Amino acid sequence: MAPIILSQVSASGEKLPVGDALVTAIFGYCVVFVGLVILMCVITAVGSYFKNKDDKAAAEQKASLEAVARKVEANPLTIVPAEAKKAPGSAGKIKLHSVPDKEAAMIMAIVADAMQKPINELHFISIKEVED
Amino acid sequence: MDILETLNRLWSDSGFQSFFVNGGWKNLIMIIIACVLLYLGIVKKFEPLLLVGIAFGCLLVNLSYFGPDSADALYHIDLWDNFLNPDHPDYHSYGAIMAHGGLLDILYIGVKAGIYPSLIFMGVGAMTDFGPLIANPKSLLLGAAAQLGVFLAFFGAVLLGFTGNQAASIGIIGGADGPTAIFLTTKLAPELLGPIAIAAYSYMALIPMIQPPIMKLLTTEKERQVKMEQNRNVTKTEKIVFPIIVAMFVILLLPSTAPLIGCLMLGNLWRECGVTERLSDTVQNALMNIVTVFLGISVGATTVASRFLSLETIKIVVLGLTAFCFSTVGGLLVGKLMYKLTGGKVNPLIGSAGVSAVPMAARVSQMEGQKANPSNFLLMHAMGPNVAGVIGSAIAAGFLLAVFK
Repeated sequence: MAPIILSQVSASGEKLPVGDALVTAIFGYCVVFVGLVILMCVITAVGSYFKNKDDKAAAEQKASLEAVARKVEANPLTIVPAEAKKAPGSAGKIKLHSVPDKEAAMIMAIVADAMQKPINELHFISIKEVED
Repeated sequence: MDILETLNRLWSDSGFQSFFVNGGWKNLIMIIIACVLLYLGIVKKFEPLLLVGIAFGCLLVNLSYFGPDSADALYHIDLWDNFLNPDHPDYHSYGAIMAHGGLLDILYIGVKAGIYPSLIFMGVGAMTDFGPLIANPKSLLLGAAAQLGVFLAFFGAVLLGFTGNQAASIGIIGGADGPTAIFLTTKLAPELLGPIAIAAYSYMALIPMIQPPIMKLLTTEKERQVKMEQNRNVTKTEKIVFPIIVAMFVILLLPSTAPLIGCLMLGNLWRECGVTERLSDTVQNALMNIVTVFLGISVGATTVASRFLSLETIKIVVLGLTAFCFSTVGGLLVGKLMYKLTGGKVNPLIGSAGVSAVPMAARVSQMEGQKANPSNFLLMHAMGPNVAGVIGSAIAAGFLLAVFK
């Protein structure tokens, strides 16, 4: 059947034999798959490198905190750095206005998560319920 | 002044008269189609940002172009035929377009040169969070699987008598990625740009209607109810490194993808690197909006009645729908495979999000997952395959471009 749409202008390209079209389709699908599989491997490798790095840093931090805790336990009069003292969770006081403790803790955790910072590095001054 | 002669000249110059000669009635049909598209865009909100522009471009060109004699037309298809004809003195002459073209001819140069789709990709990159994909790289398999429709529709188009170039352009509708479809069609089969762009954007808007029946057909209630574990946190450094690695890898693999992948990843790097907020903001908003204006109206201008109203357009519309359906099927089947291989940890519904209509396809996965299990939150899991689909369709387009250009 003559293509009606192209009556006034030549169609781009040439007719493709059905066999060639089938091979092109299968080969093309394979190329997309292979390309994305290799990309997946690359991203996985990069991801595990950064994950290992993070795990290592977290382990080092944990070890240092444990060392400080052991030191304090062994000698209660030892003066430890201020940040280490605050780390377990007594980092100061916060003013709560019509907000239960549990909800305040939840809000602080959400804020810390959103900011991607440890909660003991944040300073919350007050949490107040805003009524409509 | 001869009033009768003046009136006669005004009538013969008017568009109203043109409706009654040389197949001008076809323009009338196109004007009705443009109004239907405007209705779908404005009232039904089918991809309104682009469809309203495309529909109005369609309206403008069919109000002003009635053949090569339409000197005042906004868009001249005959000038572009000369531009593509190696035997014509104006072959590949943008100067001739600038000298003799109308407003939409000049705007269309940005489409022809592949500028607008690439800039749109830059904006898409700046708006996209690749975190879910980085957290779960296996999503790339779903993005690859969901390109099935591209190659099946390509094969179907060859069977229906289209040339290789045209079949490739029709097939890419299955990638569910408007800018990629426009980019590839402009390079391979510019004579089909109007119907392909309209089919691509219409089906993208219809994803919430096209995909759910296929999702229900191919998955069991038990599979749809699967709750997936939360993805790991992705560090900022990973997000910065990602676009650089993807650009290097994909462009080296398929250099023809450079304009699309290069712009997509540059936009994403501006978003993630943290020192170019102004550029990221501009690309996401101002530039994206400006390019959308130009792209929509100039693509709409290619729907000249004498070319658009044909059996070929109907074939393209049917093949486009087939492509969309099979892309969804491809993603779902690999999703089901992952469900089996992981012992039921992967919800196969996220596979359908591998078609790259971002974020519509991911939202559909989320909605269907919640229908099966109201406590199910699949959105972030589906965003991985969804953005993988953008990369997958760009690779598919790059492959077809490399083969047929």
